[in-house]
This record gives sequence, structure tokens and C-alpha cells, in this order.
Amino acid sequence: MSTPQSGPLSDSDLRGTNLDGQQARTLRARKVTQIYVYEAPVRLWHWLTAASILVLGITGYLIASPPATLSGEACSHFQMGWIRALHFIAAWVFTIGFAGRVIWGLFFGNAWSRELFWVPFWKAEYWKELLGEVMVYAFIRKHAKTTIGHNALARTALFFCFTLTGLFMIVSGFALYSDGTGMDSWEGRVFGWVMPWLGGSLGTHYLHHWGLWVITLFVMIHIYTVTREDITSRQSLISAMTNGYRIFRDDRPD
Amino acid sequence: MAVLETFYDVMRRQGITRRSFVKYCSLTAAALGLGPEFVPQIAHAMETKPRTPVLWLHGLECTCCSESFIRSAHPLVKDVILSMISLDYDDTLMASAGHQAEAILDEVMEKYHGNYILAVEGNPPLNEDGMYCIIGGKPFVEQLKRVASGAKAIISWGSCASYGCVQAARPNPTQATPVHKVILDKPVIKVPGCPPIAEVMTGVITYMQTFDRLPELDRQGRPKMFYSQRIHDKCYRRPHFDAGQYVESFDDEGARKGYCLYKVGCKGPTTYNACSTIRWNDGVSFPIQSGHGCIGCSEDGFWDKGSWYARLQDVSGFGIEANADKVGMVAAGAVGAGLAAHAAITALSRARHKGDDA
Repeated sequence: MSTPQSGPLSDSDLRGTNLDGQQARTLRARKVTQIYVYEAPVRLWHWLTAASILVLGITGYLIASPPATLSGEACSHFQMGWIRALHFIAAWVFTIGFAGRVIWGLFFGNAWSRELFWVPFWKAEYWKELLGEVMVYAFIRKHAKTTIGHNALARTALFFCFTLTGLFMIVSGFALYSDGTGMDSWEGRVFGWVMPWLGGSLGTHYLHHWGLWVITLFVMIHIYTVTREDITSRQSLISAMTNGYRIFRDDRPD
Repeated sequence: MAVLETFYDVMRRQGITRRSFVKYCSLTAAALGLGPEFVPQIAHAMETKPRTPVLWLHGLECTCCSESFIRSAHPLVKDVILSMISLDYDDTLMASAGHQAEAILDEVMEKYHGNYILAVEGNPPLNEDGMYCIIGGKPFVEQLKRVASGAKAIISWGSCASYGCVQAARPNPTQATPVHKVILDKPVIKVPGCPPIAEVMTGVITYMQTFDRLPELDRQGRPKMFYSQRIHDKCYRRPHFDAGQYVESFDDEGARKGYCLYKVGCKGPTTYNACSTIRWNDGVSFPIQSGHGCIGCSEDGFWDKGSWYARLQDVSGFGIEANADKVGMVAAGAVGAGLAAHAAITALSRARHKGDDA
């Protein structure tokens, strides 16, 4: 029996398997290649970060625009207190996750786990791939080059809208946190330089608030593109972030 | 002309008893947040140290700092300028004027070179060679540089001297510039506020006089003892903030009940000052207590930070009133619609080519 390449199977390929006698075309049976891309810590980090971003976004918005005033005595409520507490807890999850992700990428993870932290700006290949992806999204080309990790467009968006913005949110967030813990707290000593630089506490709040919208738009586009890619592209996306394996549906040369 | 007598000498000469003097020392210690063990130290300093000459210059300003200063209650401003320091030059408070006044300035600068304190109210405008502020026939920036050259330290009174304040607000036509950006070789203590609290002003002077050193300063050069916490941290309306009870508009039930002013733009959570603890006019009140939000007057560039009645600054350049939330929501709507359209086109094109790669 010949070893079929990845791609659609013929009836003969099913012979001797549990699908013996069935029609490959009706089943849309295909052989695929799987590569283990997203290691367990990366997947865990991804979903913890997703959850923390959801909490941070909602509570962050409510801190800036609180819900309608509550009646009764002040001592019987702690609404803003809880909103802020949730924001700070989620911020710690995000920050520790981010730090852990950097350590994993630097020392333990595979090559693809480091793609998040920079873009190969000086490589012609990167720009070619980026253009190719843009063409696909503009419906000019049908299929892009397959990539094991992130494609050039995804990598660019991740680097600027997630990694850099996330880092900015961590730094400005801890600077704002030092408003409450005091300028002599460790947050004040480590991150206190940020606020005079960004126009005081109010200016820092303002830019931190813009970060919310950058990340919100990123999340919208992220969810759309992974779903779309999962359905239409030559490789799997969503399931790769649950079980770690990226599936390549064909072995065609690019 | 400064006389080299100690504070104690001056106080006794004014008929103040030893008992009152010690009482004054303990009050001062308390006002500075020092423990009772510092009272003898303050008394000793006052008994032995000659009064420090202070030269008080006025640049582009409105004199609200001076107005505030003369209302100090703890210590009384008369005690400060008559007993603690030797306020040798301050053109709004001194009796002499004209050439006589300017002569004192030169005399003190020469006699106490390197030992006097320069207090600056207002700031120098640098545009047109400083011609927007003329003192005694010369640009203020020249006087400032000349007097600063022999000073031991400089106190920047108010937001004008510390950050630039209203005259430095965009577009800042006179190029009004805060003192620390003009005088680069001397320690500058910033005492921001528009104006600063009277007791903060006299407290800073008392500290320097007593301990013969600058008070501990934060990263921005403000004395930590008065500027290390926000209005919000010690605000008596803070429980309403934590509970989620806000004034929604200035005539509502919440306003009558004294709820938190956060939603009507209070800048207390982003303003470092001592208003909510020391308060104003001998501790009578402060803006939030009288029902209006803090406008953040002691923060850098507070005139350019948007409305006093909104927390979120407006975004300029959109033609209409817009803030980060409005722009963000419009952008999110546009992106959402774009993604939906993109998804529809994707689905259509897939339907047309169905089976191509099956």
C-alpha cells in the first residue's frame, strides 16, 4: 500500500481500514499532517490570558464609567471596591501569565513560542509573506503559504496589538496601582517614573483607557480571523489552541 | 536689611513668653507630622540659628500664592515672616519700592551669597527674549537667573513656577517656562497648587529652617510630606466611591447627600495634594467638601487635560466632541461591520467554489 500524501483520499486508500467499503468522496475523507505547535503551558497561558482580558476589559470600562448610583447607606455596598478588586486580581493573572510566557518562550518553549516577541523586520521573506496574507484577506489570492507557527500578518498584529499593548498596559497599570499603594511602595519605586512621563496620573489613566480599545479591537479581529482560517485555510487554528496540534490539510508546495 | 539674630531673640523681643515659644514649637512639630521628640530640636534650632534670608521674586503670576501664604494659620504667617525667616525682598509685601527695593535685593545677594533661599512665584516667559514680563526695566528671566546664581535652594511656589500653569497652557504664546527648566544648577523644591495650601507653604519653610536641609522630595521634586498622597486617598467622600454612590449631576439627590463627585469629573483620584487633610482657610473646608470636584490644580498641565467636569479627556481632531469611549465604540462598530461583510464575502466565494479542494 502506497503512503498517500496529505489531502483527499480515494476509495482504495480506505481499503483495510474501519472505513473499508465506504466512499471516500462522500465522507470527504482526507489524510492530514499534524504538528505539535502549541505546547501545554502556551495553551494554558492563552486561555488564562483570554479570561483575564475579558475581566479586565469589563471591569476597566466600569471603573471609568461606573454603573448607576446605588441607594442606601454607603456601608451596605462595596460595588466599586469589588470592581476594582476584580480588575487588580485579573491584572495579576495577566501579568504573571505574561512574565511566565516570556520565560517559557526564552528558555523552554519551541521556536514558534518566541514569535510573539518580535517581528523579523529586516527579512524580505517576512514582507513577502505579509503581502501574501493581505492579498488573501483582500480576496485577491485564494490561498496563502502555510506556516507552522503564526503567519506574517498574524504575527504583526500580535506583536503590536497584543505584546506591545499588553506590556504597556502592565507598566501603566502598575504605575496607576501605585496611586493607591503610595509612591514609596515597590510599585511606586519600580513604575513611578511612568506617570510624570505620560502626563501625570490623569494622562496615564487616559492612555491606559485607550489601551482597552486597542485590545478590544484586537480581540474582535483575532476571534474572527482564527474562526475564518479554521474553516477556509489549509490549516487548523482553533483546535490547535485546545489540543496543541496544528493540522495541515494538504502537502501542496506553496 | 537682615539682622543676624536668632528666631528666639526676635520672638522674645516681640514679647512672646518662653511658654508660648515652646507651645509654638510643638504645634509646628505636629503640623510637620513629626513626633514630640522633635520639639526640643525645633526649639534648639530656633534658639541658635540665625534667620535665613529669603528673597521672593514674582514672575508671570496672579499673586494667589501670596494671597494664600498670608492666610497661614499653623504657623501664623506673621510668625514665619517676622520670626522664622528674614523675608528681605518681596515686592508685594515689602514697604519699600523702586530703586530702594532693588538695592536691598543686591545687598542681600552680595552679603549672603550662597546662603539665601530664593522663592519664586510665577514663571519666566522666554519668548521675544523674555519681554512679556519686565521687572525693574529688565526681563524677569534675567532677574531670576541673577538671583538664582547665589541661592542655596529655590522654592517654586505654585503651579506657575512648578509646571507653568495657565500661562503655559496650549498654545503658550509667551513660552512661559517653569523655573526648573530655566535654573538647572540649583535644587528646586516644587510646591504646586493654584495656589498651594497656606500651611503647606509655611510648613516647607519651617522644615527647611528647622533642619537646615531640603525636605524629602518625590520624583517630581515635591515635598513628600505634603504631596505623597492623592486627594482621593484621604477624601471623606471616599466611602461613597467604594460603595458605588455618585453625584450624577449637580442638582440631584446624590449631590444633596454628599456622594462621591467622580462622575462629575472630580480629579481627586489623580491629584497629589494635601487638601483633604489640611484643608483651606485654617481647616474650614476644601473644594470637595463644598460640593465641587477637585480640578487637579496641583498637577502638571492641568489646564490642558480636558474638562473639569469629565474624567475622560476629549479627543481633539475629530471635529465633534469625542472621547476615547466614543471613538472606541465607533471603531468597534466599524470593525464589527467590516468583519461581518468580510465573512459574508468569504462565505459567498466559498459557496461558488464548493468542491474545488474537497
